[in-house]
Amino acid sequence: MKLDTSGLESAAPVWGAPSELVDGFSAAPSFEVPNTTDFDGFQKEAIQMVKPAKGTTTLAFIFKEGVMVAADSRASMGGYISSQSVKKIIEINPYMLGTMAGGAADCQFWHRNLGIKCRLHELANKRRISVTGASKLLANILYSYRGMGLSVGTMIAGWDEMGPGLYYVDSEGGRLKGMRFSVGSGSPYAYGVLDNGYRYDMSVEEAAELARRSIYHATFRDGASGGVASVYYVGPNGWKKLSGDDVGELHYKYYPVMPSTVEQEMVEVAGA
Amino acid sequence: MTKQQANWSPYDNNGGSCVAIAGADYCVIAADTRMSTGYNILTREYSKICKLADKCVMASSGFQADVKALQKQLAARHLIYQHQHNKQMSCPAMAQLLSNTLYYKRFFPYYSFNVLGGLDNEGKGCVFTYDAVGSYEKVGYSSQGSGSTLITPFLDNQLKSPSPLLLSVQDAVTPLVEAEAIDLVKTVFASASERDIYTGDKIEIVVVNATGIRREYMELRKD
Repeated sequence: MKLDTSGLESAAPVWGAPSELVDGFSAAPSFEVPNTTDFDGFQKEAIQMVKPAKGTTTLAFIFKEGVMVAADSRASMGGYISSQSVKKIIEINPYMLGTMAGGAADCQFWHRNLGIKCRLHELANKRRISVTGASKLLANILYSYRGMGLSVGTMIAGWDEMGPGLYYVDSEGGRLKGMRFSVGSGSPYAYGVLDNGYRYDMSVEEAAELARRSIYHATFRDGASGGVASVYYVGPNGWKKLSGDDVGELHYKYYPVMPSTVEQEMVEVAGA
Repeated sequence: MTKQQANWSPYDNNGGSCVAIAGADYCVIAADTRMSTGYNILTREYSKICKLADKCVMASSGFQADVKALQKQLAARHLIYQHQHNKQMSCPAMAQLLSNTLYYKRFFPYYSFNVLGGLDNEGKGCVFTYDAVGSYEKVGYSSQGSGSTLITPFLDNQLKSPSPLLLSVQDAVTPLVEAEAIDLVKTVFASASERDIYTGDKIEIVVVNATGIRREYMELRKD
């Protein structure tokens, strides 16, 4: 019986060890790609195994005093909640924040990479990088991996020489400048509350409360969002974390249980 | 005529569960010792736990061949670090190295679900939990592997602490003492092996504290 051994054939080169080990830190990271005839099918399977956490609600908006950024903290793998305490607002540097939606590892890795590039820019040019520049760096990287299965839906928020800046960047290669964005499975719900309550001239407290409420309402209706609603403010002196509230507690704060008026009380009947 | 699918997969799942719990001055890392493939048991005495540095231990479930390759890769990188810096890697440093190592194979992942445990630079217990491609998080306790959906709810019930994302940052480590944490781990595996076919045989428990690293074993159901 002829056995099908085509899967055992290896096309790996005989010499040329992977550069990461030999060079240590100096070599640029290069990604190994599996040698298969059906790359797309393989990637589909690999993605199924990795199961990126798409369920999320993140939002950011520019207002008179700066930028407000908020997110939930739930990570789901299919129907299972893998974590309720994921940090979805990533601190790229003391004056720039990035939000995480889509693949957790993809967002974490590329935001950290962006932070490194921003620092190198500062050292090479003796001045901080602009939000425009930082978002462009990230968008160009993601565009070069377009079609490979990365899942990143992020907002870059910061304060630079031009004032507050907000860009939406995704793994399809899209990059949009804007005043208000919400990303994730809970975004429709967040947009409803955010668009309704938004005014350009709000105080920092009002804006924080609007952001918090928007995240809360999204977690209320979207099963894939939940955990803790974190709110950050980016001002001329950099970012500051304003609050982190458990959304369960926020629910009872916004909608406290009213004791209902009792018409008639039940009375204990003497034992038969 | 449908496209012919590959009937050979580079991956396999050898099953098993891992748990780690961080305490004020210790860290407990445990894993069962059963290695399976499909419905067969390959061996009852396979260690899924690897010591990466003096105060840093990793437990991994999933595809053990990928786990072995990952452990070798980390050990080699740790050696280079020791030559360059003249000291051992701290647990948080190793945590980031593991994350990057996993992400470098983003398009051909290590099928390895890891839990890293040890002591940080101040001697406090820390546990890091990962997904297969490197996203990581510092937590007070974690479970990975085939029994994790059974173990995690129980650990949530016993150990859940206020989220580290709340504004007044609270410590993620459990208030339990070392002996209580080890007892909890034994209980948890005993329950998991009742309902998960891939978990059983023996638990290997590794405890990292100021005096060093020690290992103990406990028998589990063999069925």
